[in-house]
Amino acid sequence: MNIDHNILTIITFVPLAGAIVLALLPDRDRIQQWGALAVTLLTFLCTLHLPFHFDYGVAAGTFQFQQNSSWITSPAIRYHVGVDGLSMWLVVLTGLLAPLGVLISWRVIDNRRRLFYVLFLLQQVAMLGIFVSLDLFLYYAFWELSLVPMALLIATFGRTENRRRAAIKFFLYAFIPSAILLVAMLWLYARTGTFDYPQLAQMAAAHSISSNSAALWLASLAFLAAFAVKVPVFPLHGWLSDSISEAPTAAVMVIAGKLGLYSILRFSFGLFPAQSHRIAPLMLALGAIGIVYGALLALVQKDLKRLAAYGTLGHVSVVILGIFAFTVSGIDGGIYQTLNEGIGGSALFMLLGLLYERYRTYDMREYGGLAARLPWIVTMFVLTALSVVGLPMLNGFVGEFLVFSGAMQSTIAHHIGWTVLATSSVILTASYMLWMIQRVFYGDLGRRTETIAAPDLTAREHLALWPLVILFLLMGIASPVWLRAIDTAGAHIAATVNRSQSVTMDFEASRASKPVSSSSETALNMTNQSASTKGAR
Amino acid sequence: MPASYLWLIPLLPFAGFLINGTLGRRLPRPLVSAVALIPTFLSACLWVWLWFTMKAPGAPESIQSVATLVGNSWISISGFHADFAFTVDHLTLIMLGVVTCVGFLIHLYSVGYMAHEEGYWRFFAYLNLFMFFMLVLVLSANFLLLFVGWEGVGLASYLLIGFYFKKDSAANAGKKAFIVNRIGDFGFLLAMFLLIAHFGSLDFSTVFSSIQQHPELQGGFLTAIALLLVVGAAGKSAQIPLYVWLPDAMEGPTPVSALIHAATMVTAGIYMVARAHTIFDRSPYALGVVAIIGAATALFAACIGMVQHDIKRVLAYSTVSQLGYMFLACGVGAYTAGIFHLLTHAFFKALLFLAAGSVIHALSGEQDMRNMGGLRKRIPVTFWTMTMGVFAIAGIPPLAGFFSKDEILFRAFVSPNPIGKLLWLVGIITAGMTSFYMFRLWFKTFFGESRFDEHHAGEHAHDPSQAHDGHGVHESPLVMTLPLMILALLSIIGGWVGVPEFLGGHDEIGAFLDPVFSVGTIQVTEVVSHGTEAALAGFSVLIALIGFFIAYALYYKKPGTAASYARRFPALYRLVENKFYVDEIYQAVIVTPLLVMSRLILGGLVDGGLVNGSGFAAGASARGLGSLVRRVQSGNIRSYAGWLALGAAAVIAVMIFGHSLWLH
Repeated sequence: MNIDHNILTIITFVPLAGAIVLALLPDRDRIQQWGALAVTLLTFLCTLHLPFHFDYGVAAGTFQFQQNSSWITSPAIRYHVGVDGLSMWLVVLTGLLAPLGVLISWRVIDNRRRLFYVLFLLQQVAMLGIFVSLDLFLYYAFWELSLVPMALLIATFGRTENRRRAAIKFFLYAFIPSAILLVAMLWLYARTGTFDYPQLAQMAAAHSISSNSAALWLASLAFLAAFAVKVPVFPLHGWLSDSISEAPTAAVMVIAGKLGLYSILRFSFGLFPAQSHRIAPLMLALGAIGIVYGALLALVQKDLKRLAAYGTLGHVSVVILGIFAFTVSGIDGGIYQTLNEGIGGSALFMLLGLLYERYRTYDMREYGGLAARLPWIVTMFVLTALSVVGLPMLNGFVGEFLVFSGAMQSTIAHHIGWTVLATSSVILTASYMLWMIQRVFYGDLGRRTETIAAPDLTAREHLALWPLVILFLLMGIASPVWLRAIDTAGAHIAATVNRSQSVTMDFEASRASKPVSSSSETALNMTNQSASTKGAR
Repeated sequence: MPASYLWLIPLLPFAGFLINGTLGRRLPRPLVSAVALIPTFLSACLWVWLWFTMKAPGAPESIQSVATLVGNSWISISGFHADFAFTVDHLTLIMLGVVTCVGFLIHLYSVGYMAHEEGYWRFFAYLNLFMFFMLVLVLSANFLLLFVGWEGVGLASYLLIGFYFKKDSAANAGKKAFIVNRIGDFGFLLAMFLLIAHFGSLDFSTVFSSIQQHPELQGGFLTAIALLLVVGAAGKSAQIPLYVWLPDAMEGPTPVSALIHAATMVTAGIYMVARAHTIFDRSPYALGVVAIIGAATALFAACIGMVQHDIKRVLAYSTVSQLGYMFLACGVGAYTAGIFHLLTHAFFKALLFLAAGSVIHALSGEQDMRNMGGLRKRIPVTFWTMTMGVFAIAGIPPLAGFFSKDEILFRAFVSPNPIGKLLWLVGIITAGMTSFYMFRLWFKTFFGESRFDEHHAGEHAHDPSQAHDGHGVHESPLVMTLPLMILALLSIIGGWVGVPEFLGGHDEIGAFLDPVFSVGTIQVTEVVSHGTEAALAGFSVLIALIGFFIAYALYYKKPGTAASYARRFPALYRLVENKFYVDEIYQAVIVTPLLVMSRLILGGLVDGGLVNGSGFAAGASARGLGSLVRRVQSGNIRSYAGWLALGAAAVIAVMIFGHSLWLH
């Protein structure tokens, strides 16, 4: 039997099986850690099957490694999974981060380990499920599942007594829009009689979901809102810094970014291309503002973790800017930057966690002068900072460059202004990252660092960090390895959205007795764009 | 030389960096030096080979080499791709020569200078890293790879300025350099985005040839691109308003100041403008901006340089000022003159910094010229070599600086720019000031009474061990003086490649660079007789001599006169001595308001109020839900599973019944 047909099922449910086994095993003698490590490593190895057997030449818009079987006949819910260039590397990334998360939690989590690792694996199941589901109902089940373990991880393993409040905040922020998302999905089902994503996407492209444009508009907003909170998009980030500040490192590594960003790319753009294009000017603005806003707030934080949290807001906003530019470069760069954010953000939070483990504080003012004492940690820290800052030859540059240049080529209103604003973040990001490095590692020893003698990286920590650092370099110089698959998907998304735009206009133009000024303006933009694409070739 | 060997030129120093960076801590010092020096030397040898290849009869005007790594490119998406591609033409050849040869000499010098420092291996690892990126910068065949080198040298500079990271001032200076450079990079990046939007490519050949094919492209977006590139160049080459990082960068070890902050990295901006001359030539407006920035920077920095006391800071401001000359040259379309001055400046400014380093070394770390004096006899080799450097920069014929600086002034004088004469005037005044502050430095350091307190020698040293043997002031070892002597020789003869015709020369460098710059370069419209040229040259020699005599009168004949003049104009003197308070103004006008706004308005009002407030409003309305959630968190995993199941059941119920009930 060809493993290609159920590899995705294996990937998704190995952690679930692992979680069940761990729940039955006793919590002593590091059984839980080793068990979780084995499960996550196994999952990661399975995910590696994907890039090696992925057909890079296949036509855009088709899914690979599909499994599609009937689950419930009425309503028509199918067990349909599959990946394309958009989701494949996200699955692999999720697979990679999990064992690293286990390694980094090895000693930090010392109480209720069983609960921790079971929740951690459930979170893993939910994320993998989100990336592979092609049935809206299946997807929604995983989406809801992703909220619960995370909220519980924050509530149970949070750092301070604020953890409950942070957990509730996280849960409410995520849950309320998700409920609306469900309503929108049910409406879609009511209109079309199917939950199957590829079918729905085809209907969306053909404008046959509904002729009620107001309803479509509302549904698209419901989708986008749920995803935007999860990303989070400015100004919906109220939960972010509290949650990050409380959550244990392994949870922080996956808390923001990829789930929401992927969902926007897949479902908002796939099911509501015309509506997405219509809201793009707003999203482009929010992306650019979020980038600068996050960087500026990071600049004035005294708490290392909150600094990184606002930095995260800035980095996910880069993706928002890129994907809502609706150019190939912007979307490709956005997907690439989603991966970068997962890798670079994780490395940064891991390093901060290591410092906390040693000095029991995230207060920057307590640190100082560690460079001479912890040469390995400072090396890793500087490399991570350079990746985040977007130094060429490291991964961050490729993503940021593609996003910003894609935004510059966009046809969305005011794109030049937003691109200029967003690009100014290269100054601000460097400022807060270098300031953090200087405050923690350079100068004289700080109050806390003076009194506590802590060891440099241990072997386990080396093991957790090196894969990410190597990826910084590889993804910086050999980006085609990743971009090959991503570009097919990115070009397809850009084409779908832009085509829907022209079709809508034909549709509207045929209905309207006289051409509206706004639509003729868009038509002009369209011609401009096709001209510039020609120029590009 | 086969084109693929080009890759070895940067990769050899990179190998040195990798070895020293990973193993250096455990290696003995001689081995660390060998690992750092041998690759640099080999790169220089490769350059010589390359030189003869390109000078051979029938050799092509440029050589290309594209590396095929994974996926055959570096970044590749539909509609855009960028390669790892190198190209060598005559301009690159000159830059390569400067970087590899001066670079090697400074590596050699560092073996002596850094001998007693901690982190010896770290220093050489960073230095090799710098060489790698600088060589990538000059070799690259597209803007994007140039930007790699551009950012990379910035990183190396950051690491080396902050080499003594325990000192707050050094850590601050490194950070400042990086961030100010990032402001420039902001412009550079935007310029690249515009280039992609308009040409779909960042390859030099594609972009420049499509501009040449469209003579109707004048100004417009090309002006925007050119101006954005100027922002980048002003950051890297320390021009107004972004020059503030360079004087602070003197916190780094002196060989770093010589290599990175005088001879090579800071000239990257000039190189970039010269490389992109096709774009600039289409925008007289942008060229005018370049010229004005250059002239203003030259004058402004020279003013500050006249009253500094720290020997390295004088040289730093001098560098800013000389870079201004090069900018001025590019701005009047005289790219060849700019590159010529870049070449000679690399020789004499590297020499001056290294000699200053030798003085500092002799005085066990003392940098303040008020505590020097009378060193002429005690460190004779340093004295004589530095003298050559001082004469060269002051513009005394027939040393190198005279020819290159004079060429720039002449080009400014005859340029079609409406304010060409004014630019020339600013240039000539700056020349006088240059001569003055350099001879001031010369007299204060080497002549008069010794003001050095030998008993306290070593107090200023970074490392007490530098005051070794206790024999006080001492000449540096041969490993340091040999580079000085070679650079002194180059400072004397380096200008002879550009002797103008009226002095019986053939302007070899002009002919050499002609294939690069002849395409579309602004031609000199005024036909000027050799007589005018000679008169202008004579005038600038006169100005240089005046500068010398003022310095002679103030600091040699009657030391103390300068101080009394300073007392007569206390406000003015303090203004200049404090560098016109530019740093303080930037702090007050830009940095502080930005931070205050972020903390109070964004952090307090928006984030604390709006963003979180709306969250709390949602939370308050759902307080009942909150207490429910609290009750749910009983810590018992089975009850969670129960809740989950219940939730799922509810959802399914809604789906099945809701579907038929209220959705139709």
